[in-house]
Amino acid sequence: MAQVSLSHISKTYPNGFVAVQPASFDIPDGEFVVLVGPSGCGKSSMLRMIAGLEDISGGDLHIGDRLVNDLDPADRDIAMVFQNYALYPHMTVRKNMGYGLKNRKIGQAEIDRKVTEASALLNLDDYLDRKPSQLSGGQRQRVAMGRAIVRDPALFLFDEPLSNLDAKLRNQMRIEIKALQRRLGVTAVYVTHDQVEAMTMADRIIVMNAGRIEQIGTPSEVYNRPATTFVASFMGAPPMNLMDGHIDEGQTCVGSLPLAPAHTQTNGTVTVGIRPEDIVPDANGPLSIDVTLVEELGAHRLLHGTMGGQEISVHVGKDSPITTGEMRVSLKPNAISLFDSDTGMRIA
Amino acid sequence: MTKSTPRKRFKLSVVVDHAVLIIGSIFMIAPVLMLLQMTTMPDLINMKTGPILMIGDQLDDNFYKAMFKADGFSGANTGMRMLWNSMLLGLGFAAGKIILGMMAAYAIVYFRMRFATFAFWIIFTTLLLPLEVRILPSYEIVQRLGMLNTYQGLIIPLIASATATFFFRQYFRSIPEELVEAARIDGAGPFKFFVDILVPLSKTMIAAMFIIMFVYGWNQYLWPTMITTEENMFTLVRGIKQITQALEGTNLPEYGRANMLALIAILPPVLIVIFFQSWFVKGLTESDK
Repeated sequence: MAQVSLSHISKTYPNGFVAVQPASFDIPDGEFVVLVGPSGCGKSSMLRMIAGLEDISGGDLHIGDRLVNDLDPADRDIAMVFQNYALYPHMTVRKNMGYGLKNRKIGQAEIDRKVTEASALLNLDDYLDRKPSQLSGGQRQRVAMGRAIVRDPALFLFDEPLSNLDAKLRNQMRIEIKALQRRLGVTAVYVTHDQVEAMTMADRIIVMNAGRIEQIGTPSEVYNRPATTFVASFMGAPPMNLMDGHIDEGQTCVGSLPLAPAHTQTNGTVTVGIRPEDIVPDANGPLSIDVTLVEELGAHRLLHGTMGGQEISVHVGKDSPITTGEMRVSLKPNAISLFDSDTGMRIA
Repeated sequence: MTKSTPRKRFKLSVVVDHAVLIIGSIFMIAPVLMLLQMTTMPDLINMKTGPILMIGDQLDDNFYKAMFKADGFSGANTGMRMLWNSMLLGLGFAAGKIILGMMAAYAIVYFRMRFATFAFWIIFTTLLLPLEVRILPSYEIVQRLGMLNTYQGLIIPLIASATATFFFRQYFRSIPEELVEAARIDGAGPFKFFVDILVPLSKTMIAAMFIIMFVYGWNQYLWPTMITTEENMFTLVRGIKQITQALEGTNLPEYGRANMLALIAILPPVLIVIFFQSWFVKGLTESDK
């Protein structure tokens, strides 16, 4: 268990491609941090640098109070769970879990004790003498977790561990991993491209795009107050509605339509962001949406249409009427996020 | 109606397939049966009539002669001795090629070497330089090292193998990168990774290579003929020739004995292929990792 601190960590590949621009953040002891972003955003490079599988091009990485930049992965006191599990196919579950300990010259009795402990924790008792090929995907993932747990690492690293599982199992394993991390109290860095995983599992989310960190914050901060238009459109399904607008005499407007008083006094063009669920059908509402398509999702519905000539989606409960055509709506308080239309940075 | 037609056609194809296979196997096995027949006849009959449709009573006699009788001056080249030499050559040849090929492929695939690909292609082009092309320099080197008439001299110059290196390289490249990384995190250094993970993972591949290389080594003729001049170093394949050469003066060539030796020479490769064939197929086709 340890705090992890990155200062100005960057990654440049020999061909000159900058995968990670200098990034600094600290992960307090016991925190579950999720690195999320589209593929190629640098999140995996970041994780692999922390693991020691890639060289760090610049900056300092501390795990606990040790500078680990030049340490081998095995000496960093970390454990990693891979996307394809990366279990040794020729070894039994027991040997898979104990292999790292054996290499550390830990006694067989101690290895047995730890493996038994971990397998009890993961409900793997009955499978200890099987080979990975005789296990289901979920069980393999548990073995990979077990292999990480027996090492008592200071830091868990997860590289998209759930992306090979089917949707149902993924939801279940998501909860298991999170519960396990809570229980063991080990600091964890988790990489995923799935924003639902990020939202549900993280204590803090780090959103990355094109090698840069866009925002660091708790799931609710990232969701409710996205720092950039990228975060706004990446987090949440459906994403935040982003519309071209402007500030006119203290009012936020889309097209010629005034939405609400603005939190900023500067006049000019802005990008207006509104979460689909912050728009509420309201017969007496001040705004009107021309609904062209209704998506039925069971528990709720998604209405797609236009407002002031720009595309917009609205997230409504299953009891709301399904109609295309004009619909009156109002906005929840503080529904509007404003972004600089040039830089995409949040204004208010 | 609609069901019976394709089934009938299927049956016809089975008949044709089997006919082709049976005819093929008769072609393959007929010479062997002919050899077998001749080992049961006295040499005089063999000399007079050649192979005939008759089973004689000389089988055990010929077997005894083949295994324990020696020609030449020293009396050392008995069938037993030659069988032993062939076995050592086959095993040493196969083991050497596998070990060297695996290590070369390991270096090429897993280590960040400059010119690794270039090195691989250099190794690969040696396929264009079989032993027969470089036999004089090879002979001279072995001779200068004083390795004529030794097992080392018989085996070592042959064990560098582009084929084995190539197969192991392709195999190693198909092993997922994550496995290598997991091993690094588990603290397995280059040696441990090779021994604990790569070798066990490659066992079907090793078995397949072993079969090919053992048979290849066992059947070596030219190289043993050049390197071994002492009779106690003769291999089977080389020794058979010695016997049929006896058609000089009034000597009767010992066809029965020579043919028996030929059969004995065929047997070990056949047994190896039979016993390891499931491994062989797995090694060359399976990609379950």
